[in-house]
Amino acid sequence: MKFSEAWLREFVNPDLSTQELVDQLTMAGLEVDGFEPVAAEFDKVVVGEILEVNPHPDADKLVVCKVSSGDEQHQVVCGAPNARAGIKVPFALVGAVFPELKIKKAKLRGVESHGMLCSERELGLSENHEGLMELPLDAPVGQDIRAYLDLDDSIIEVDLTPNRSDCLSMIGIARETGLMNRLDVTEAARPRIEAAIEETFPVELAAGAACPRFVGRVVRNINQQAETPLWMKEKLRRADLRSIDPVVDVTNYVMLELGQPLHAYDLEKLSGRIVVRQSKAGEKLTLLDDSEVETLEDTLLITDDSGPIGLAGVMGGLSTAVTESTKHVFFEGAFFAPTAIAGRARSYGMSTDAAHRFERGVDWQGQVRAIERATELLTEIAGGEPGPVTETVDKESLPTTNEVELRASRIARVLGVQIDDEEVDEILDRLAFSTVTKDEGGEHKWIVSAPSHRFDIAIEADLVEEISRVYGYNNLPTRTPVASLQMSPRSETEISLNRIRDQLVSRGYFEAVTYSFVDSAMLEVLDPENEPIGLANPLSAEMSVMRTTIWAGLLKSLIYNVNRQQNRVRLFETGLCFSQPPNQDGLSFADISQVKKLAGVVCGPRQQENWSNDQEVIDFYDVKGDLESLLALTGQSDTFEFVFAKHPALHPGQSAAIQKSGEIIGYMGLLDPRIQQNYDIRYPVFLFELEIDAISDKKVASSAVMSRFPEVRRDIAIIVDQTVTASALRQCIRTAADDTLQNLKLFDVYQGKGIDPTRKSIALGLTFQHASRTLTDDEINNSMDKIVASLEAQFGASLRN
Amino acid sequence: MSELEDISRNAIDAVNAAADAAALDDVRVQYLGKKGELTGLLKGLGKLPAEERPAAGAEINKAKEAVRAAISEKKESLENAVLNEKLASETIDVTLPGRNGDIGALHPVTQVLRRMEDFFISVGYTVVEGPEIEDDYHNFEALNLPAHHPARAMHDTFYFNPELLLRTHTSPVQVRVMKSQQPPIRIICPGRVYRVDPPDPSHLPMFHQVEGLVVDKNISFADLKGTVVEFLRVFFEKEDLQVRFRPSYFPFTEPSAEVDVQCVHCDGAGCRVCSHTGWLEVMGSGMVHPKVLEYAGIDSEEYTGFAFGMGPDRLAMLRYSVDDLRHYLDNDLRFLKQFR
Repeated sequence: MKFSEAWLREFVNPDLSTQELVDQLTMAGLEVDGFEPVAAEFDKVVVGEILEVNPHPDADKLVVCKVSSGDEQHQVVCGAPNARAGIKVPFALVGAVFPELKIKKAKLRGVESHGMLCSERELGLSENHEGLMELPLDAPVGQDIRAYLDLDDSIIEVDLTPNRSDCLSMIGIARETGLMNRLDVTEAARPRIEAAIEETFPVELAAGAACPRFVGRVVRNINQQAETPLWMKEKLRRADLRSIDPVVDVTNYVMLELGQPLHAYDLEKLSGRIVVRQSKAGEKLTLLDDSEVETLEDTLLITDDSGPIGLAGVMGGLSTAVTESTKHVFFEGAFFAPTAIAGRARSYGMSTDAAHRFERGVDWQGQVRAIERATELLTEIAGGEPGPVTETVDKESLPTTNEVELRASRIARVLGVQIDDEEVDEILDRLAFSTVTKDEGGEHKWIVSAPSHRFDIAIEADLVEEISRVYGYNNLPTRTPVASLQMSPRSETEISLNRIRDQLVSRGYFEAVTYSFVDSAMLEVLDPENEPIGLANPLSAEMSVMRTTIWAGLLKSLIYNVNRQQNRVRLFETGLCFSQPPNQDGLSFADISQVKKLAGVVCGPRQQENWSNDQEVIDFYDVKGDLESLLALTGQSDTFEFVFAKHPALHPGQSAAIQKSGEIIGYMGLLDPRIQQNYDIRYPVFLFELEIDAISDKKVASSAVMSRFPEVRRDIAIIVDQTVTASALRQCIRTAADDTLQNLKLFDVYQGKGIDPTRKSIALGLTFQHASRTLTDDEINNSMDKIVASLEAQFGASLRN
Repeated sequence: MSELEDISRNAIDAVNAAADAAALDDVRVQYLGKKGELTGLLKGLGKLPAEERPAAGAEINKAKEAVRAAISEKKESLENAVLNEKLASETIDVTLPGRNGDIGALHPVTQVLRRMEDFFISVGYTVVEGPEIEDDYHNFEALNLPAHHPARAMHDTFYFNPELLLRTHTSPVQVRVMKSQQPPIRIICPGRVYRVDPPDPSHLPMFHQVEGLVVDKNISFADLKGTVVEFLRVFFEKEDLQVRFRPSYFPFTEPSAEVDVQCVHCDGAGCRVCSHTGWLEVMGSGMVHPKVLEYAGIDSEEYTGFAFGMGPDRLAMLRYSVDDLRHYLDNDLRFLKQFR
């Protein structure tokens, strides 16, 4: 909310600078977003009157004006399109100083000019520079414009929290200012305007607690052509409201002053009687801003015999709207319950000042006062004969004043300090809360009734908050919490995510963070088999479904980098992936799987470009090695296995499922070259993704006795079919060997010259050792023979010489 | 016995003149070998009278020893020279870069998160995580934010359907903990949160939060202030960092406070980073609302608690002088490499 500082100071005028005042408001919980002077810094600008306008002899677009500054007349050359005799405008005298301009005597195309006629922009009032700023015709010629327009003022913008709607008005801000400065607030006008005519308009309440009070008043024979006074226009303008006509200006002004939104109907356009009721779905209504709405259920409506004439508390209808030709009005000042208005404007895609106030809550006792004040202002400006104030009330449904108990002990408990009873008395008094004190069971208590504008006070905690706020948060004590020095359990069998991340970082990976919502088209390509969960209100199609795989985001980041000449990319990310069961209707929380995964993308040279490094491009085994280094953290690498498996996103010949004890926990492989080409990526890309939980268990080490006897290594090379896998060979050897085989290394794979093209040569190094004695050559030969025989039998392996 | 002296002198001269190991060996053979000159003198002892032989033999042996020693010394010096030459020839350029010294880096937000977690873990907090797709109940209802509450407007929410949404804060994790555990509770809940905000330099539709919750007997606003001030001072490594608490409103805490720190860029003097106010808003906090405790089945008369929530993305911005939140999600390697 924006408001004029000078207006606030009409109610309460603490001895504070603007900066001190806004700091104080902020520290009271009414956060000030900023403030700015109403006008630029300038002087020697007065109300001028254009007496004559003559053409410039040498310029078509300029005119020569004779301008009065009261005592003197001046010749001024001016280019504004609206310069004409008879109007009053701001006139900068020779010697006037603006932030970037000093007014001097000048010659414009040969004609002398003494001073400058000003637009709003030149005074720093607005961006309007279409012509001269026209002042009311009764403006006193010669008066300083700063005084005349009351320009030594600031516009303050507060960003109020939803609980403090009582401060969405000048009297509300004034109350807070008075409270903080221990100053009395000048009571805003509480006029009682006598009825001049008998006429009333019938109102019926049919919505229970949604609208328990509707105050109305007829005012006949007003003059809508009357000019809204400058002071009102200026206050409205400084609150970001445009002056429209006397009726609208008055309702807006009262809303700003007292916080009660009002509405005015054109009396002649109302038919029958007003009924306030809940909508049925599908009722049609054209609103003041020409928009057409079709009602949802559960919307509070103002209706008359013609049907709906307004969305209660949100916006009035066009059919009964006040126009410049309106002669007679009917004012509405109603109390709509917050729950009846909350969210409704939003559900129609609207946001109005009235709805903003009603959904947060207005003073439920403020309606009569607001109508009286509006009547007073309207009749002052536009004349008219008011009827009596009519108040339609559903007493049963009105809110009530809460009595809330406040215990001295609770204040001490929550705030950590014993505040003197007298000080609490004083704070409650300054808040205008009425109190009864009592001592009960050795405990001092206050029974507090808050005034009706403080409907946010409902429970003891609300009072403790008020006490602390007025006492000052920064005056409350500060202490380090004390707790028993209990050690928290930490299992050695858990591998922290931090350890996993550090491992990848050591191997040259950078951690990425990508959006959890991704492009559905990209997911369809990378993970067509999982059903993604779609957002109902995504920001864009590229952020419309929850990722089922982190690859979608990582691949996008890889492309981003490759497009920026970063050809060596190693990225990883950890985070949740989301999926739902296929073909599920009516998704519920329990259906959704949210699994924490680790994924990576890799492309480019194996090593950073360097004077000695080979510049080979990475391959499957580089990435597999990175993963193996992670799996090694678990101390149980042998429970994991990379198994040849297909994946829709991966090259059909270079992809593996990662298994833990036979269960798939992830995939790795080469991005399918067709997909790679589709995304215009120049280099082959490797991907991996696995479930973090599956690699987070660590085996606690248990040290075995190390043999003191020599170990013996035997190397053999065998020739087998191309299709025989390393893991099959390994398994075969392990099965054939006894437990003296300590280590098995596969140290060379050769295909090519000298080998049948359908076969390959594999070199194996086997290390034997016995726990308690030295193995003999015979024993080792025996083991080797068994192993070779087994390889021959199972794979048709032959020894290579 | 001038012959012995002559031979000795010649031998020493020859040793000194030897240019390499082979030449030195020739000298050894010439004087000390079986047919060597000094060895020959020994053989000639038999021609001397018996009584002169011992003295003459001792003289010759002494001379032999001297030559032998000279040879040994020369040999060592020759070998050293050879070795030095070899070592000199092996000189490399130590300024060339080493191989594979490259490491990656953690994301700056992770680094800040880890730092935050470490501080809280060190005084007995537990880190708890939770689901990011949440239901309305845990994200709003149980936090005293019923449907249509105006404060929901502060949480522009991504929905899947009327009941399911992307959590707008990590507070639902606190709800889940309070429902499953009786006090004392000391937790922090880090994680991703989501709001419908198009990305711009100061907003992201997905960002991170760390919320803390302490529920116990006799926990007061003073404990909240102490915890928050201490954390901010250790985080920014500034012992006298000014911290202020401003009344605010969150439906799940009461009293509620926004926490500002003295601007860490200008030390409070006022600069672009703090919009010339000298203060930076860094977190929201408050005493847990009694209704929130009751919702979770905790007796709000017996127990009180405090909660706070802060944004590691923003703290990382301040800590590492990042000027645009969107850098966090671009994952530009040139950006990430700065955080090694």
